Amino acid sequence: MNSAALFITVFLACAVEAVEALTIVLAAGTSRDWRSTLQGAGAALVVLAAVIAVLGPAVALIPLGGLRLVVGGLLLVFGLQWLRKAVLRASGHKALHDEEAAFAKETAAARTAATGGRVGVPDWYSFTLSFKGVFLEGLEVAFIVLTFGDNQHDIPLAALGAAAAVLVVTGIGVAVRAPLARVPENTLKFAVGTMLTSFGVFWAGEGAGAHWPGSDGALLVLVPAVALFALGCAAVLRRTPPSTETTATATTATAAPVQGGLR
Amino acid sequence: MTAIRSFLLFWYDFVVGDDWRVAAGVVVALGATAGLAHAGLPAWWLLPVAVAGLLALSLRRAVSVARRG
Repeated sequence: MNSAALFITVFLACAVEAVEALTIVLAAGTSRDWRSTLQGAGAALVVLAAVIAVLGPAVALIPLGGLRLVVGGLLLVFGLQWLRKAVLRASGHKALHDEEAAFAKETAAARTAATGGRVGVPDWYSFTLSFKGVFLEGLEVAFIVLTFGDNQHDIPLAALGAAAAVLVVTGIGVAVRAPLARVPENTLKFAVGTMLTSFGVFWAGEGAGAHWPGSDGALLVLVPAVALFALGCAAVLRRTPPSTETTATATTATAAPVQGGLR
Repeated sequence: MTAIRSFLLFWYDFVVGDDWRVAAGVVVALGATAGLAHAGLPAWWLLPVAVAGLLALSLRRAVSVARRG
């Protein structure tokens, strides 16, 4: 492998990882709170830099499978909760704003109880999602740089390829941020639930030792499959009349989920 | 005690959410996936199937609870 091949290989491999991290960051930022999301991403990068600085090439010894299992499992649980609520709201079986009020109450109570870990972070949920996504994918980028760079005895060039990939993907993220903000709220949250569930299934599956057909390409099948299944559930539930209490406060959706809060 | 309880409640709500059965089902499905993988059998299909089942069951439960009032 010559220098150009090394650069291109690392660039493409890291671009895939960066897109995965970007998806989580955009999802958390657009649907929840940008400040907390960027704080989470920044904190992940700082921790990542510290881990790499302290461990150096020994980073490759970190059990990535265990990390994928934990992060993927949590994303999967979060994603299923988001999807469940989005489907219930889309089908008129859940009032639009009761969960927001309940979640705000719980969050306020928790902030009072334990402020130490949340000082300066308005939305802990966004912070955590963003942190986990960026940290896990950042570690994978570091692995790619170290393995490819070490094999070709040119870690600086591999690092350059990774940095270029991250910069390009970040630029794309900044470009699509504004159009995403114009998407209706519950539609966006439906999409976020889909992405979290799909990535959760993928990462947790890998962490548990499963090998996906097509490797990272399996996500291209998983994401639409999860979205279609959830839309199908919403369509089926729309045929069931909602309770009278719910109809008093909820708007029955007629097509895609378009309104409603979600945690 | 109230502060500790609030703290624990926040984390329970944060991680587990409204339906604990979904979280428990995910843990069981991950364990089964790991079991299949360690036995050398194809395991990738299990999580998508489990996720579809868990979401459908959770939605059905939520709708029937709402209808009972």
